[in-house]
Amino acid sequence: MLEKALKGSPRYWGWITFLLAVIGVGFACYLYQLSYGLGVTGMGRDISWGVYIAQFTYFVGVAASAVMLVIPKYLHHYTRYKDLVVFGELLAIAAVVMCLLFIIVDIGQPQRMLNVLLHPTPNSILFWDMIVLNGYLAINAIVAWNTLLAEKKGVPLAGWVKPFIYLSIPWAVSIHTVTAFLYAGVPGRHLWLTAVMAPRFLASAFAAGPSLLIMLLILLSRLTRFRPDPKALQSLAKTVCYAMIINVFLLGMEFFTAFYSNIPAHMHSLEYLFWGLHGYNALVPFMWTSVPFAILGIVIVLVPGLRKNTGLLALGCGSIFFSTWIDKGIGLVIGGFIPNPFETITEYHATFPEISIAVAIWAIGALILTILYRIALSVRGIVA
Amino acid sequence: MSMDRREFIKIAGLSAIFGLGGKGTYELLKPGQLEASEQGHGHSPEQEQGHGTAEKPAVRWAMAIDVRRFRDQDLVNRCLAACREVHNVPVFDNPKDEIKWLWTDKYEHAFPDSANEYMDDELREVPFLLLCNHCDKPPCVRVCPTKATFKRPDGIVAMDYHRCIGCRFCMAACPYGSRSFNWRDPRDGLKGRTLNPEFPTRMRGVVEKCNFCVERLAQGLKPACVEVGDGAMIFGNLSDPESDVRQILRKRTSLRRKPELGTKPSVFYLV
Repeated sequence: MLEKALKGSPRYWGWITFLLAVIGVGFACYLYQLSYGLGVTGMGRDISWGVYIAQFTYFVGVAASAVMLVIPKYLHHYTRYKDLVVFGELLAIAAVVMCLLFIIVDIGQPQRMLNVLLHPTPNSILFWDMIVLNGYLAINAIVAWNTLLAEKKGVPLAGWVKPFIYLSIPWAVSIHTVTAFLYAGVPGRHLWLTAVMAPRFLASAFAAGPSLLIMLLILLSRLTRFRPDPKALQSLAKTVCYAMIINVFLLGMEFFTAFYSNIPAHMHSLEYLFWGLHGYNALVPFMWTSVPFAILGIVIVLVPGLRKNTGLLALGCGSIFFSTWIDKGIGLVIGGFIPNPFETITEYHATFPEISIAVAIWAIGALILTILYRIALSVRGIVA
Repeated sequence: MSMDRREFIKIAGLSAIFGLGGKGTYELLKPGQLEASEQGHGHSPEQEQGHGTAEKPAVRWAMAIDVRRFRDQDLVNRCLAACREVHNVPVFDNPKDEIKWLWTDKYEHAFPDSANEYMDDELREVPFLLLCNHCDKPPCVRVCPTKATFKRPDGIVAMDYHRCIGCRFCMAACPYGSRSFNWRDPRDGLKGRTLNPEFPTRMRGVVEKCNFCVERLAQGLKPACVEVGDGAMIFGNLSDPESDVRQILRKRTSLRRKPELGTKPSVFYLV
């Protein structure tokens, strides 16, 4: 089936070339990072994880969200999702690959990466994260590939694939729960030490991932003859709506616990993020950008009249995607390191090489997704 | 009993899964207990003592720091220099790149939850020497995905610089800010200095920290800072009721950093 990705219009090849150029710039920056060390990034002794780990965390959520199509389709036999599920699974594949790349570029000695397998350490959450992420990649690859193969041959999906589909449901929950445990299990970082970390991760994931999928499907309907069932998109938008409201609700819980209890250490990170602390306020504009976009997004996907307008639906989903990206892809990780264990503040400013590398990984994700979606549409005879 | 190939593979596979799951569950719920018993083989060839049970090690190294003695800035400088020299600790101007094994900070930063504005001025201003606490329950060891950082039976939290992959999970987990990452080649920060050929320099991309001078203890010496510390740092065996460190802890009031986290530091501050 892969050969289907080799045929395409000049527009298709132009897009691929553009992505390869972006990847090239990031790769050059990565070579520079390899030769100098991670000092080329904005990270330092106090903020020891930055853009890379934050993006990793965000895309684990995007990957997990495929389950929001799998559950209705395979547990409730909601047939409107029949044509869409595979797009969710292919998105999960691209997102997990991005996650793995974000980890690789973040570690100081990437050539020793296999030490995680050579010296398996079950008490480390990172060990389990490695297992669940690679497992999720394998499950989605198996399921999506066989789904497309069956469609191509015009035969029903092979019976042995079914158990993998059911396995993908708890597995999707596990990838984001385990990723939340990376943060929620360490002592002394007050923003992270919260029992609602995993629930909030899942809620924001099930808002952000399906939002991205809705935008991608609308885009495909503009670029190709593919026409996703509008009612299916509406159902997915309702999922986004519930998930985003739960996410905001859980954020409210964090504020209540921190500020009503009035315990300084619990308030400090939130104060830093939203109002600034001791004169440091680099992230304040970001957080207050996140808030109106969250509200706008919720209003659009909540009100049926607005949601049913395709343009507005795309805007609403874009707002939610952007809002959760700021909250989780910037605020959560950086905010956890501020203030540091000495209750002093070091701020974080990402550097050009660091951002180029992160953008290149986004481009790799887009490249993988482009190829996979092209294959899926070719199999269905929608594109030549 | 006959067993065909298929059946054998099935059983072998299942036992592997349960073996892994069993150990994993144990480690997740009772962190540190298995790793303590595993350390007898595998990790540190230099270890000489501590083959007893995890609960009652024959040797448990600890340090007590007589805080007020460090009014003397010369004494502070001597201790910091001794540490830097014996371990080839690089010095960088940019605070982002800093490598810290032994350093100083004020009371309000060392004990951020316990500072109050009415406290004794001397205690408020005197430099507190900070270092790895060599915790009884080290969060850094719990989170390390490769066992590159591990707790020895004598209580020292050690690092294997050749195994560390540089993921920095330990830095996120350490509530004392005691770990540093080599953001750049550490030899750039050693230029023009006489190196100690007895101790390796590190490479970029790995984490490092105070090791309680484990290599000196193996030779029967005291840690470098203690040696030049003129009695202001008391080092000894916590398991021996008659050791210097136990005697002074009986006599004087002592603090440990962030006791509420349950990490049980083995560095004590005498106030």
